[in-house]
Amino acid sequence: MQAASASMSQALGSLLEVNTLDLWRGDRHVLRNVSFTVGPGQFLQLIGPNGVGKTSLLRVVCGLLPPESGDIAWRGRSVAGRAGREQFHGELAYLAHANALKGDLTAHENLRFGVELRRTVELDAYQRTMAALEIDRCALLPERVLSAGQRRRLALARVLLSAATLWVLDEPTTNLDMAGFKVVEDCISEHLEAGGCVLAAAHHRLLEGDPRALALELD
Amino acid sequence: MAVGIARLAVLVIERDLRLAVRRWDQVLQPLVFFLIVTTLFPLATDPDMSQLRRIAPGVVWVAAMLSSLLALESLFRPDVEDGTMEQWTLSGQPLAWLLLAKTAAHWLLSGLPLVVISPLVAAALGLESSAWKVLILSLLIGTIALSMIGAIGAALTVGVRRGNVLLALLVLPLAMPVLIFGARAVDLASHGESAVGPLNLLAALAMISVTLGPFAMAAAMRISVES
Repeated sequence: MQAASASMSQALGSLLEVNTLDLWRGDRHVLRNVSFTVGPGQFLQLIGPNGVGKTSLLRVVCGLLPPESGDIAWRGRSVAGRAGREQFHGELAYLAHANALKGDLTAHENLRFGVELRRTVELDAYQRTMAALEIDRCALLPERVLSAGQRRRLALARVLLSAATLWVLDEPTTNLDMAGFKVVEDCISEHLEAGGCVLAAAHHRLLEGDPRALALELD
Repeated sequence: MAVGIARLAVLVIERDLRLAVRRWDQVLQPLVFFLIVTTLFPLATDPDMSQLRRIAPGVVWVAAMLSSLLALESLFRPDVEDGTMEQWTLSGQPLAWLLLAKTAAHWLLSGLPLVVISPLVAAALGLESSAWKVLILSLLIGTIALSMIGAIGAALTVGVRRGNVLLALLVLPLAMPVLIFGARAVDLASHGESAVGPLNLLAALAMISVTLGPFAMAAAMRISVES
């Protein structure tokens, strides 16, 4: 039965499947019966006012917050088990509110220590990615002297270099200027073309009007 | 390309050592504390050498333990607060291994300096030079155990705001055997007797904490990060 449903979801082309999630925080019922799927080349945006549970939902999906009920499957396999979780985390890149950068390390060192935990990357790739995000000039500066927008771009560079299939982005455009907004859209678009998928929480709609961009309204 | 397990450890240790070099004033703190406490004893107690010599093993070991406790607070907290630990738990790499490497780096910065400086302290307290070898050996083994035990407590309390007191309450009882066997070994050696017994027990404690500690740390850290 399980195998049948797994192969069915593969045939339907969904990578991430979230079924009937419920989450309570204290006495607040934050997520009620949330279900969605994300397939290759799809971009799902979570929409809703502040405090509605967008970040909580992203954290539940990543496995940083245990839900009360419901299940999450990656490539048709539940992530509740250890093997499923490890496979899922190997293909997941999470951009949180916190950039996970160290003020005393240079931008390049921050990026290297973040990325090489997952895979080995050639020096050129760092250069290219930082250039694409327009932060190549500050590669050798300590992170603490960078602007908030540059730090956000640096955290995005880590996501790009992780070579993950699923990107989970929590407000990726925080602190970014209009040019940065465009850069993020281009990165997402490129990732979708390569067969990846993106789940994001965003105040400002990204890739508006693009048929690959779907929205999920939380209330 | 996948990352090998040895490469992971080197990466984590390299990162922490680099951070320490750029924040050397924080790294020196436990060492300075150790020196201050041990040099205050001759001033505060009877400056009679024979009495100092008698309490020297206890003084050095209590100071080592308190200074390792002092260093624990900054072991995981910065990484949890800036989101690095979240990234580690989601990296698909064994968290226990990453935390073991991190604790190893922590020991290099907070435990090893105590071992290196201990002969100086021993001389100041008038400890027989025949006991120095045992003092160094016992501190070498003992600080490893203290770092590992402390790291479990630090992982458990890292999610608690101002968890210092809780950390001390949690770690000190568990670290007590290390203190007892460590001080006893030095005491025996200073009386010219064999210190093999307590040293063996100390080594056993270090082995247990190094092999089982990381799994406890990883489990505690996952709970601390889930919020």
